[in-house]
Amino acid sequence: MFDNFPLWPVRASSYAGNVDALFIFLVVLSGLMSIAIFVMITVFAIRYRRQRNVRAEQIDGSTVLEITWSVVPLGVFLMIFAWGAVIYFQERTPPRGAAEIYVVGKQWMWKLQHVEGQREINELHVPVNRDIKLIMTSQDVIHSFYIPAFRIKQDVVPGRYTYAWFRATKPGTYHLFCAEYCGTMHSGMIGSVTVMEPGQYAAWLSGGVASGSLAQTGQALFQQLGCGTCHRTDVQGRGPNLTGIYGKPVTLEDGRTVIADDNYIRESILSPAAKVVSGFKPIMPVFQGLVTEEQLNALVEYVKSLSQSPAGSAGSPQLKSPGSPQ
Amino acid sequence: MSDSPVTIETHNPALQHHFADMEQQRNAASFGMWLFLATEIMFFSGMFCAYLVYRYWYFNEFAVSSTTLNLPLGTVNTAVLICSSLTVALSVQAAQQGKRKLLVTLLVLTLLLGLVFLGIKGVEWKEKFDEHHVPGYSFDVSKMAKESPIPIDGQRAQIFFSLYFAMTGMHALHMIVGVGLFTWLTYRAWKGAFGPGYYTPVENFGLYWHFVDIVWIYLFPLLYLIDRKPLH
Amino acid sequence: MATAVIPVRERENYLNKEYGVRSWLLTTDHKRIALLYLITITFFFFIGGIFALLIRLELLTPAGDLVQSDTYNKLFTMHGQVMIFFFLIPSIPAVLGNFLVPMMIGAKDLAFPKLNLLSWYLLVIAGVMMLHAIATGGVDTGWTFYTPFSTSFSNTKVIEAGLSIFVAGFSSILTGLNFVVTIHRMRAPGLTWSRLPLFIWAHYATSIIQLLGTPVLAITLVLVVLERALNLGIFDPTRGGDPLLFQHLFWFYSHPAVYIMILPSMGVISEIIPCFARKRPFGYSFIAMSSLAIAVFGFLVWAHHMFVAGMSIYAAMIFSLLSYAVAVPSAIKVFNWTATMYKGSIRFNTPMLYAFGFIGLFTMGGLTGLFLAALGLDVHVTDTYFVVAHFHYIMVGGAVMGYLGGMHFWWPKISGRMYPEAWGRLAALIVFIGFNLTFFPQFVLGYVGMPRRYWQYPSEFQVLNVLSTAGSTILAVGYLLPMIYFLWSMRYGKPAPDNPWGAAGLEWMSASPPPTYNFDETPVVTWEAYPYGEIAVPEEAPVER
Repeated sequence: MFDNFPLWPVRASSYAGNVDALFIFLVVLSGLMSIAIFVMITVFAIRYRRQRNVRAEQIDGSTVLEITWSVVPLGVFLMIFAWGAVIYFQERTPPRGAAEIYVVGKQWMWKLQHVEGQREINELHVPVNRDIKLIMTSQDVIHSFYIPAFRIKQDVVPGRYTYAWFRATKPGTYHLFCAEYCGTMHSGMIGSVTVMEPGQYAAWLSGGVASGSLAQTGQALFQQLGCGTCHRTDVQGRGPNLTGIYGKPVTLEDGRTVIADDNYIRESILSPAAKVVSGFKPIMPVFQGLVTEEQLNALVEYVKSLSQSPAGSAGSPQLKSPGSPQ
Repeated sequence: MSDSPVTIETHNPALQHHFADMEQQRNAASFGMWLFLATEIMFFSGMFCAYLVYRYWYFNEFAVSSTTLNLPLGTVNTAVLICSSLTVALSVQAAQQGKRKLLVTLLVLTLLLGLVFLGIKGVEWKEKFDEHHVPGYSFDVSKMAKESPIPIDGQRAQIFFSLYFAMTGMHALHMIVGVGLFTWLTYRAWKGAFGPGYYTPVENFGLYWHFVDIVWIYLFPLLYLIDRKPLH
Repeated sequence: MATAVIPVRERENYLNKEYGVRSWLLTTDHKRIALLYLITITFFFFIGGIFALLIRLELLTPAGDLVQSDTYNKLFTMHGQVMIFFFLIPSIPAVLGNFLVPMMIGAKDLAFPKLNLLSWYLLVIAGVMMLHAIATGGVDTGWTFYTPFSTSFSNTKVIEAGLSIFVAGFSSILTGLNFVVTIHRMRAPGLTWSRLPLFIWAHYATSIIQLLGTPVLAITLVLVVLERALNLGIFDPTRGGDPLLFQHLFWFYSHPAVYIMILPSMGVISEIIPCFARKRPFGYSFIAMSSLAIAVFGFLVWAHHMFVAGMSIYAAMIFSLLSYAVAVPSAIKVFNWTATMYKGSIRFNTPMLYAFGFIGLFTMGGLTGLFLAALGLDVHVTDTYFVVAHFHYIMVGGAVMGYLGGMHFWWPKISGRMYPEAWGRLAALIVFIGFNLTFFPQFVLGYVGMPRRYWQYPSEFQVLNVLSTAGSTILAVGYLLPMIYFLWSMRYGKPAPDNPWGAAGLEWMSASPPPTYNFDETPVVTWEAYPYGEIAVPEEAPVER
């Protein structure tokens, strides 16, 4: 029981240090404040105890003091707010060119889909020093994807995609936890994240998967489910041509304009009548209940692959320097 | 009220002993009712908030679903409630003036109008039930979707109807409570319990009734009157 | 002010005026209702405490080997629900508030005594419903009822527990309503707002939150129940519903709820410290206004529970900023309490020991709130034991210590007896030590990454969990002691004088225990609050050796 008794989590991502710095600052600040108050109270309790000071001096207050000890803490708090906000902004803004990995949480396991086609359950292999963006959803209830060593956590919500990103800086194996109570085996919905050197990662990838990349799986599904019947690329079909649409604005039947992002593609498959493209009829069948979350991810990845060479291949040999735009 | 003769105040049988005088008691009761109505506003506000959010997101589904509600019946109900608020206000005046028979008549009228409202609501709900617009296993808006001039998602329309039933149902529940309160008030008025020296329950339950009326005045346009001009 | 000690039985007071179960169950006397509440909430504290001990026992070992996972999930859910809705929220307002608010303002009772009794019955009915839910299978959604788990996936008594809390909420609303009307309309002649005790200000602010916040929880629970029972789809993502809407509606109440739990406690401390330092409170108007500020700002920060829920970054920033704003009034109070002790004449009776403990633990708990409000840091520590430690420092280290301090302070007034002072101090010390040992390790546990609501956990977290469990056993002893000696004192305790502490406040001008109508004559107030320069410490007041 005494071996491995951590008092501090391992620091294994690019912004873990920033988070720890703020934490340490707050520990020191709180420690000093607490000590100051405790010392003052102790000193007053001893110095002004009844045996030593029978008569109390009635002091009503001091507006100067009140204003000082309101404004100064407020100033300090605002500074802490700003610091925390800057880190948060960084944590929630995936850099361009980040490799993408799909995550599906379900009671009670994590399913991960690499765009190269690998699928993992409760385990995630990633290369070191590469920006990784997670595209996540839940199949049932709310879960939360938490890697303490990376200092990231993001709820996964059924019905939509949420995102998180990290850049692992230290090879090793780290805990993956579910951090939003989700039922019987919430505490069993744990796994490990393995960070590997690029060479090892490439080897792991090539240990391979018969079904091909995620986009290829998506393409197969696209044909199998009959999507290609209406969404043609050669002539104008009964459905819009999906080439090159990812990330671009789309005008809808009722006049609104939306961006064709991950959530849009997903929604169009599950509830097609919600956003109908201008000039088309609302005849697309509803696929809610007919495709699993993993199949949805494959379809989304396929549609994205029709737009440009996929930004998000973690094992891609042309490794860009971390964080640089595509 | 400081004009009232002292004898009525000190010997008023309705004075509760922890109050110094009738004026304090009246003020406290009135204040208490206003505070209670404030809590009721907060209670309904949760549903109004949900309504606002979903209406913003699913405007098309809300607009089309709204057109399937029975506008004539809803309008009649609105008129019924407004009339009942009139009878309530008049009944407070009647109590103030000590006119017992008039008071009882007006209270009974209020009651009847309230029951009419509930009856019409029942008719509307039955209509929705027959059309399979009640959320749950037999929910089916395919007909509505087919006849709609703009594309709508059937599942999202269910949100509208869920909110419709939750909001009008909660409102109807409050009406039923109001009917109960006014039944008690009518009985007490008939027994001669109210007059110029003491009419606090009439006043305060009247406030409650007005509140329930106002909630309907908000519900009606939000649920029935979305986009009544023809959709393109 | 020193009076001859008259044996309790000879004077007519609210306790001996009438005997018999009916005279208690049908009473409209605010003091008797306060005692009815005392029995009820103590019972539920016991139940919630047993759940807590079982949780800590399970967590002694990394494996789930004491109870099954479903049982564990029910234990932490019901621990939270019982402690929050059936102990903490009623505690000070329903026991001390009910007893003291009318007395402190020189009134004969609350504005609506029958409504007060109804409030108690509502709590009891709600309690029976909750006990039934517990006994027939329990609830396992977490006290937070997140959808869609609670609406579409849990197989437990969600509807019954939800309705039980709905009813308990109405108990809370009616108490708040009663207090607001009473404080506004029934103050004794001469008792202006600026002469009110800070305890009253604290309860006024608390009551506003109860009135405006609780109904939102009520409707949220109703919607959850309707969704579960009738298949409405408001929070169901498979039907276009939004799980985050539930979270917003839920936290809109549940954040102000924590201020319902702490403000009354702060009011108690604001009464104890001036009395045991023999000084007017430093910064009276600032302390009073800070209570109102906390009530108002407390309604603006709810989404700081949702920073990783999937909200927009910009919304998160606004809520973080506002959360820092709400920390300022609390800081002001701590500084003012400390300054009140400066150049005072300090005695160390049990209530004052609890006040010291409160300031220390509330300060630590409040400071850790700064950690959680910092967005970038919250991402790492939210949903971990860091949060669990934070809120227990405030609710247990803060609110419960304030409650115990208040119970000791006003026990002579309520019961006409003195509690045994040496045992009181010992218990306070045990509570303080046990509390810190239980919850401080949890800060570390949270930062190293142990998530909350975990039945089993990786073995490297065991040492900290063992420390925490050890502390909880000590804490339990500390809580049992007062239960025993308060009961003991009702029969064997020294009869109490009217004002054993030499405290200011109208309640101390009446007998201990008071007559049913509180005062023989309505007092007329011609002095400012807390005239400690003029009140002597009575000869028979217990002094430390």
